[in-house]
Amino acid sequence: MTAHPRHDVALDVTEIPTFGFGHRSLLWWATASMMIIEGMVFAMVIVSYVYLKGRTPHWPPSGPSPDLFWGTLNTVVLLASAVPNQLTKKAAERFDLGGVRLWMAVCLVFAVAFNTIRFVEFQHLNVRWDTNAYGSVVWVLVGFHTVHVITDFLDSSVLAALIFVGPVDEHRFVDVSENSLYWYFVVLTWLPIYAVVYFGSRIA
Amino acid sequence: MSHLQSVIHPAGIQAALVSHLWWILFGICTFVWVAVAIAALIAMRRGHRAASVDLPESRIGRNVAFAGVATTITLIAIIFESVVIGRSLNTLKAPDALRITVTANQWWWDVQYENPVPSLRVTTANEIHIPVGRPVGFNLLSNDVIHSLWIPNLQGKIDLVPGRRNELWLQADRPGVYRGQCAEYCGLQHAKMALVVVADPPEQFEYWLTANRASAPAPVTPEQQRGKDVIEKGPCAMCHTITGTLAGGRTAPDLTHIASRSTLGAGSIPNTQGYLAGWISDPQSIKPGNRMPPPGLASDELQAVLAYLETLK
Amino acid sequence: MMAREEKKPRLVERDTRLESDALGRERSLLDATWSNGRGLIAWMAETDHKAIGRRYIVTAFGFFALGGILAALMRIQLARPENTFLSPDLYNQIFSMHGTTMMFLFAVPVVLAMGVYLVPLMVGARSMAFPRMLAYSYWMFLFGGIFLYVMFFLNTGPDNGWFSYVPLAGPEFGYGKRADVWAQLITFTEVSGLIVATCLVCTIFKMRTPGMSLHRMPLFVWSMLITSFMVIFAMPSIIIASTCLIMDRLISTHFFNQAEGGDPLLWQHLFWFFGHPEVYIIFLPALGMMSEVISTSARRKVVGYTEMVLSMSATAFIGFGVWVHHMFSTGLPQLGQSFFTAASIMIVIPTAIQTFNWIGTIWTARRLQITVPFLYMASFFFIFIIGGLTGVMLASVPLDRQVHDTFFVVAHFHYVLIGGSTFPLLGGIFFWFPKITGRMLNRRIGQVSFWLLFVGFNLTFFPMHLLGLDGMPRRVYTYPTSMGWHNLNLLASVGAAIIFVSLLVYLVNIIVSLRHGVVAGENPWGASTLEWATTSPPPPYNFAPQLTVASSEPLWHSELAPPPIVGLAADKREVLVTYLLDAEPDHRYPMPGPSLWPLVAAVATSVMFVWSIFQAWGVVWGSIPIFLALVGWFWPTKTKERLEQGVRGRMTVSESLS
Repeated sequence: MTAHPRHDVALDVTEIPTFGFGHRSLLWWATASMMIIEGMVFAMVIVSYVYLKGRTPHWPPSGPSPDLFWGTLNTVVLLASAVPNQLTKKAAERFDLGGVRLWMAVCLVFAVAFNTIRFVEFQHLNVRWDTNAYGSVVWVLVGFHTVHVITDFLDSSVLAALIFVGPVDEHRFVDVSENSLYWYFVVLTWLPIYAVVYFGSRIA
Repeated sequence: MSHLQSVIHPAGIQAALVSHLWWILFGICTFVWVAVAIAALIAMRRGHRAASVDLPESRIGRNVAFAGVATTITLIAIIFESVVIGRSLNTLKAPDALRITVTANQWWWDVQYENPVPSLRVTTANEIHIPVGRPVGFNLLSNDVIHSLWIPNLQGKIDLVPGRRNELWLQADRPGVYRGQCAEYCGLQHAKMALVVVADPPEQFEYWLTANRASAPAPVTPEQQRGKDVIEKGPCAMCHTITGTLAGGRTAPDLTHIASRSTLGAGSIPNTQGYLAGWISDPQSIKPGNRMPPPGLASDELQAVLAYLETLK
Repeated sequence: MMAREEKKPRLVERDTRLESDALGRERSLLDATWSNGRGLIAWMAETDHKAIGRRYIVTAFGFFALGGILAALMRIQLARPENTFLSPDLYNQIFSMHGTTMMFLFAVPVVLAMGVYLVPLMVGARSMAFPRMLAYSYWMFLFGGIFLYVMFFLNTGPDNGWFSYVPLAGPEFGYGKRADVWAQLITFTEVSGLIVATCLVCTIFKMRTPGMSLHRMPLFVWSMLITSFMVIFAMPSIIIASTCLIMDRLISTHFFNQAEGGDPLLWQHLFWFFGHPEVYIIFLPALGMMSEVISTSARRKVVGYTEMVLSMSATAFIGFGVWVHHMFSTGLPQLGQSFFTAASIMIVIPTAIQTFNWIGTIWTARRLQITVPFLYMASFFFIFIIGGLTGVMLASVPLDRQVHDTFFVVAHFHYVLIGGSTFPLLGGIFFWFPKITGRMLNRRIGQVSFWLLFVGFNLTFFPMHLLGLDGMPRRVYTYPTSMGWHNLNLLASVGAAIIFVSLLVYLVNIIVSLRHGVVAGENPWGASTLEWATTSPPPPYNFAPQLTVASSEPLWHSELAPPPIVGLAADKREVLVTYLLDAEPDHRYPMPGPSLWPLVAAVATSVMFVWSIFQAWGVVWGSIPIFLALVGWFWPTKTKERLEQGVRGRMTVSESLS
């Protein structure tokens, strides 16, 4: 080593922690990066929706707009899932294993309910993906979001399994916290998609 | 070089404006390049020699800022010049213009001279005659993929996009023959999708237009008659049109006045009898992949067809 | 529990851990901890950023060679008019493969790879963030490239150009699987590029060694940070575009089908919203390398550090607002075009500022060393500037409509990309070769290779400007004799042969120097940044002890000598995570070691990607193995060890559960 370290003074890091929550953790930044990437994906599809709408005289070109009921019900379910999600996150940040177990399980129930309703929701979009460009972009918007819900559901299931099977260390709690952050992203991105899919065809 | 397709040998007002813009930008850019190159060379010389040039940081910063401001002013001047020329190009439209619809196909150009009276419309392919001194407005369409119509001596290119209608305006200021070419990659034979533009003096153009409104002349000799029969009953008629005959296909170039055109296969080969014979007997060897299948004519049929096509002036 | 007092790092005097025997013991322990063993399995499980970076660079140059061979074939075909050396079908595949290879398999991966190798060293970290993800990204890149070339040799190579315009690439006119192969290659490279960008951002933000606040970061690190953000913001657009293209082709959606309300121009917008930033993604890291090499050669800090950083950021920012200049001939409304003209021209300013700063740096050099890397960087002022100036011309709508899609544009972007990125990259490789391998490249051979490239490059690409002005469109497999384009084309082909020779000489230099080069030592160029403070090549753990910095040129200010770090574990792969702005120590964090799971997951992902272009349901069934691979990947194996760590971290699990 050329940089001959001075032997008289050193910076001792033995005592500092071995983990950190939120923006202190590396994982938080990776999650943030993923959220930007996927947020951009959703934004580009929404832009495409608006672009295609601008080029088409009637929107939807044929057939009725998507039925409001199922989509709205799902929005409510999704928003409600923020409560157990927040409780999971808080429990993780105080290393409350019991709390994490309980609230993660509740979150998973919400995710199952959501995916079930989503299945019905697809049938009430009143258009097929191969009918026209309108159908394609609506299906891709809802479809991409569904992919996120499903992957996050699988991801959370594995994490929940780890939490139940153990052993659990502090990094696992950081994982749970970041997982909850990501679920917020899934919830929040749905709102503009919901607005576009259900009202983009109703508002001129 | 032939300059048949040259940006800097303009033959019309639009191309002349752009050529003018080119020389201005070329001058500015050459000056900038020389200045940067000299500065870099001097810097290297000085930096290499001087043990330590202690120019204060603030003075270097001032010099950089000065160069930056000079750059910005130059760039604004370029934007200004470009926008001004762009606007003058846009004003060169005229209500009394000749209107021509060009529809691009893989890999040829369908050309239609518009006229409110349908019978006065003229259809041809891969060769456009225009009158000198009169604005021409093209309506541009595509039947398949994106193409781009580019006749550099007359005007910059505009794409032909399926599902859209674009416009291109140009005006030839001196008679001549110019070449154009598809300038957006459009598949296998993009390289051989050219067209010829002939700028005629106005009276000559009117003569050409009138001549091309006529249907195909009736065959005179029995050989020609046989050729016409072969075309009408054979595969040719499924794709090609010869007005005044039973051949009415619309998926290939109109042949009503084929003999008056100077090239075959969208500028691939000259339109001489030998090349024409070669094209008809084996179109795939000259322009592989083009949409014309070998018609499978016997040699006497081929001779008859050639004899007939030769009359289609 | 919440109000646990967090311990801060503290300065200790005369720490025994820094005495030479203690340090020696620590280094051998670190060696055992961080090294990966030998053999095929260990090779496949590798997660060291230096090994992965090397592989990335070598693989990318492998694809560069393939792309170069394709270019040579094109130059042979075009050397004569009406040539029949290549069939039109093969020519079209070759130019599409050339562009796709150079952009997606060479230029972007190789600049990111330079970041992968150098950034952790430059910021003084022991590892890159998420080393296993990094390994996964490499495998995806490799498999994507192999997939493309296998398909090409099966006569299923893409044939619609590197931007694959619809409807030519759409379901109606894009026959067979060629367009699908292209779209799916994009998916492979997206995945790998996005992961590398994320790893780089995390490393730069959170793993800089204490003291390296943002304003002390080397300019190359800044360039990689900005580039990574560009990747993160630009690539989603091509994700959407290529996904929609595949869906149009595979499950009959209608995004680009004008007959059902779609629009072919939507493709162009989506593609170029990514495609133009892509150019700057290739360009910015090269600027970072230039700053490092010029600063080293001039033996002084680059003039105007803040302006350099702001310029790169401005380039990145404006780079997202210029995409329409690729679409000036599509017939868009006039008003919008003027905006994009202005933006495209104004993006010159930040690059101009950087150029002036470099010239100022050289001007005020303390005995400028004209090394081979410096020659490569200096050629920027002569070659790239031509490309930049023709770029200004192309931003003008009337002029662009004349020369768009001609050989003028071909000349322009080769001047920009080769002059602005490949020259600096070759200089950068020459510069960091001793760090990577421990030996210097030969100076003489290096000069020969440089001058051959300089001459060959200009002979090849300068005539193309004239060809474009004389009307030669790009992407034509041949041209008629009557056009008179053959002499300039022949000249260009001769130039290409010289380029080929020069790169061969460069390769010979590498091969010879690997064995017989002068042993480099730690800092052969007398450079200022941290990567030169460790052995060449660096040990697997990069630094022991980890150094801290007190200036932006730590190796030029030895008088400052900030305290080194003690207390990082040597018996596990522990790194120091620091705060974003000022790089104060935050916590110690365990890095995962070598693993086969990234490779397994990459194989599973590749199978799904390839499957999906043949069957839509391949996406669903193919996802199951990926899921299983990821579960295997993230399932904790060394729980016991991690528990012990908890104890060491003064925070036991039992404590936390109580």
